[in-house]
Parts: sequence; C-alpha cells; structure tokens
Amino acid sequence: MDNIKQVLIQFEEALLNLDKIGARSLLLANEDKNGSAEVINKIVVPALKHIGDAWQNGSLALSQIYMSGKICEQLVDELLPAASNQRRSQPKMAIAVLNDYHFLGKRIIYSQIRSAGFEVIDYGRKTVDELVEAVCRDEIEIIFISTLMYPSALDIEQVVEKLEKLANKVKVIVGGAPFNMDEKLWQQVGAYAMGVDGNEALGWIDKLMEGKNE
Amino acid sequence: MTPLERVLTTLGHKEPDRVPFFLLLTMHGAKELGMTIKEYFSDGKNVAEGQLRMRAKYGHDCLFPFFYAPIEVEAWGGEVIFNENGPPNSGAPIIQNPKQILNMNAPTIEGNDCLEKVLECIRILKEEAKDEVPIIGVVMSPFSLPVMQMGFEAYLKLIYEKPEVFEYLMKINEEFAVSWANKQIDAGATAITYFDPISSISMVPRELFLKTGFWVAKRTLARIKGPTGVHFASGRCLPIIDDVARLGTSIIGTSVLEDLAEVKSKCNRRLTVLGNLNGIEMCRWTKKEAKEAVKNAIDKAASGGGFILADNHGEIPFQVSEEILITIAKTVNKYGQYPIK
Repeated sequence: MDNIKQVLIQFEEALLNLDKIGARSLLLANEDKNGSAEVINKIVVPALKHIGDAWQNGSLALSQIYMSGKICEQLVDELLPAASNQRRSQPKMAIAVLNDYHFLGKRIIYSQIRSAGFEVIDYGRKTVDELVEAVCRDEIEIIFISTLMYPSALDIEQVVEKLEKLANKVKVIVGGAPFNMDEKLWQQVGAYAMGVDGNEALGWIDKLMEGKNE
Repeated sequence: MTPLERVLTTLGHKEPDRVPFFLLLTMHGAKELGMTIKEYFSDGKNVAEGQLRMRAKYGHDCLFPFFYAPIEVEAWGGEVIFNENGPPNSGAPIIQNPKQILNMNAPTIEGNDCLEKVLECIRILKEEAKDEVPIIGVVMSPFSLPVMQMGFEAYLKLIYEKPEVFEYLMKINEEFAVSWANKQIDAGATAITYFDPISSISMVPRELFLKTGFWVAKRTLARIKGPTGVHFASGRCLPIIDDVARLGTSIIGTSVLEDLAEVKSKCNRRLTVLGNLNGIEMCRWTKKEAKEAVKNAIDKAASGGGFILADNHGEIPFQVSEEILITIAKTVNKYGQYPIK
C-alpha cells in the first residue's frame, strides 16, 4: 500500500459522508493486493482512531463516530466472517451496559472492537449480579462496562467487589459520560482502567495481550 | 434585589448586586421531606414543598419545578423506572418500530396525570414566591425527546435514513413541546428551559444540526409564550453559539468541557451564559474544591453580567452533599458581590 496516506484520507471521507459503497470499494481494491487482515490494520483501525481522536477534541460528533463504526463493522464482517481464521487471537472479551438503559456508547465501542478484527460478546443490559454471573460463566478476561447515569457508574464498584470475592481475575474497563466528566471516578469504583472511546478500549486490549504473550 | 430582579439584570447584561446562582436541585427535595424519590415525585405538593425548603436553606435564585426527564415519555404512555439513589430512567421505548410513528399523535396536557402534578407544583410555587423568585419550567426539545421515545440508535437511523418519518415525528413532538411549555407558563413559570442535548456539537455535527435541530428549536421557541433558555445538558456548544443566538432565546447552558471565559466572550452580550460547575466531580468535592470551582467560574464569566452560575448538566446529582451545596452558596455570597474583585 504505497499510497496509504491517500487511501486513509479517502476512506475517512467516505465514512464521514456515510458512503458505504465508496468505503467498501477502497477496502476491496487494497484487499486484493494485501489481504484482509492487513487492510483492517492499515486502513480501518487507523481511520477509526483518527475519527475517535477528533471526537475527543470536540471536532466530530457522537453520531459520526456511531455511523463510521457501524459501516466499518459491516465491512469487516464481510472481509472477515465471524468464523474466519484471520480473526485476531485475543483474550475472551465481553461488553455490557450496567443497570442503565442507554445503549449507544456500548454499541459504538462494540463496533469499533469488532472493526479491528476482534470478537467480543455483547451482553446487552445487565444488573450487578447478572453481570458477575455471566463473566464467571463465560470465563471472560476483559469486561467493558458502559454507563451513562452516575448511579450506574457507582454500581460498578459492587461488580468489582463481587468478582474479587470470587477470586475472578477479569480486567474491568469502564467508560461513559460520568467517567469523561470526572477523571478520578474509574479509580473510585475500583476499575482496572477507563477508556474514553474505542481507541482507548483497543489500546487496553493490545496492552493486556502484550502482557499475556510475555 | 429580589432573585427575579437579580436575574433580569444579568439577562440585560448589566451587573446586579451579586452573581445570580441556580442550584438545579430535583431529587434532593426527597431528602428534605424524608421520602423516597418515587414517593416524593408522586405529588406536586411534595415537590413544591421541597423546592421552597431548599431555596430557604441555600438562598439560590430560582425555583425549579422539574421532576425528571422521562416524565414527558410517561405522558406519551411510556414507562418510568425509579431508582433509590438517582434520577428515574425511561423504560422500554414507546416506539419499537419507525412504522408506528406515522400513526402517532401528541398527547394532550389536560388530564395527563404526570404533567398535572408538575402544573400543580408550579401553581403552588407561584403563590408562595409571588413575583420575587423566577420559576424555571422545563421542556425536552422535540429533537431530543426521541432518544427516550425510541432509543438513541434507532433515532440516529431515523434521522439519516427516513427523513419523511423524522419530519412527522418532529411535527408531533413540536406540538407537544409548545403546549407543555405554554401550560407551564400559564401555571406560573417565569421562563422555560429547553433541554436539547442532541443538538449539542458533542452529539451531531453542526451541518446536521443546521438542517434539523436548529429549525425544530427555531419553530418551537417562537411559539413559547415566555422567555427561554437552551440547555445542552453537559454537551458542547461553542461552535454553534452564533446559531443559538439566532434562535431568539436568552440563555445558553454550557458544558464543563468548554472554557467558560471563551463561551462568555463568544456569546458577546447576545446570550446569558448558564454554567458550568462539574456536577459529577461535585459529588466528591471537598469544601476547598467547591470554593475554588465557584471562584474560578466567577472570575471567568461574571464581569459585566450576562452570567448565571449553575452546574453544567441542568440537574445536580443526588450524591452531592448538603455541605457542598452550602459551601457553593456561601462562596457566591462572599466572592460574587459586584463589582467583582
């Protein structure tokens, strides 16, 4: 991919213009030469990272992140079906909304993780006990918890405590508006880390995978 | 000055006797009355009593007869789920399929029990406050209400993929918002807060806002028979301040994610700035931190009037202690006297 910068700019433009056909054409043209996994790593992930950074600095809106992530998720599913052996080896991961009824944040992170070629189980909405049970049952290694309401964010502390009592070593990574507003809140609820967006979620996956492979 | 005179002076971009401050307290009234949140909001008399007691305790410059955000979807037949320690949530969306929308009509305000409770509360407050304290009513923007009516993801799909159905939903939501706002004005509300988080630049790009939320707000606000303020409920607004200034509103609620001085400067006497204490951090503030945050906001935005100190979300979390609320009030009274030193 000699003209990678140009392709990235075009791909990002296509995403922000909701041009799924254009975005697909760009990926397919490069897939012929480089293979699916390479296309995802060199085009999809960096484009979504750039879009996520722009949201963090206030120059793009949540609706644009959502639509871009959704298009990428569909394209990656096409390039790498769920059963594909090119899907990245990974820790067992799940994502959930805790006690809340606001699902968009979870949906965005879910799309972005899958767009990077990972698999992640979507638990939907769970209460504290339901989430603890699911994490233990499925032997989850990383659980992403999304909340919008402040009381729900505080409830994460109960999840962490109950998992610790069960000697479960899952890494709890939290995100959502309350954590963006108060940068110390993730520590207060006893989480392993917080992620402002999908980029940071992917960063934590990479970091934890590195630790696992060492 | 009475609180109303103080607020009107700042809205005129002049300096009153001190910085006006709105403690936008809702659920704390339940603590005052020793009730659960659900019990408290079951009767307009409770909320009126809670508001009066809280104003007597903290001395802030408004009464806020806002119950909870999902009360409007409740009026449309939706479910409200109460929490012991936080604001009620809306339950399953009333719109499960966009096809339903074209057969929907806005509910009437009269005889709608949940809304009647709010009107009763406003009438009591009006009688008690006479014309000395502004009573701030609330409507959800017709553009933001669908997040509770149908869920955020389905709503985004509707905006992008079904513009005709979106337009119809806006039409019925506008009818509802205008009726609801005007009933509150008739009951005694001094002004209406138009909560519109989805129009925030954090949620949709400006180009989309100008095609959608802007026109919805322009049409709706023009038909409300009293002064209004537009609040983005923690969302960013800096890049759309010029647009908001064209809406015919008086106040803009800004986010803690934006610099208060920059927002004030960009408003340039066209809008009064409301904000922007961090409501989430407020839950764990020490008295010293509370004092510093208030002083900082006053330093940045109070000069020349056109500023009301408040939290950035439009509702102070239940977890914020009485001690911190008293500290905020005391600090405004000490450092917010004009001229600001």
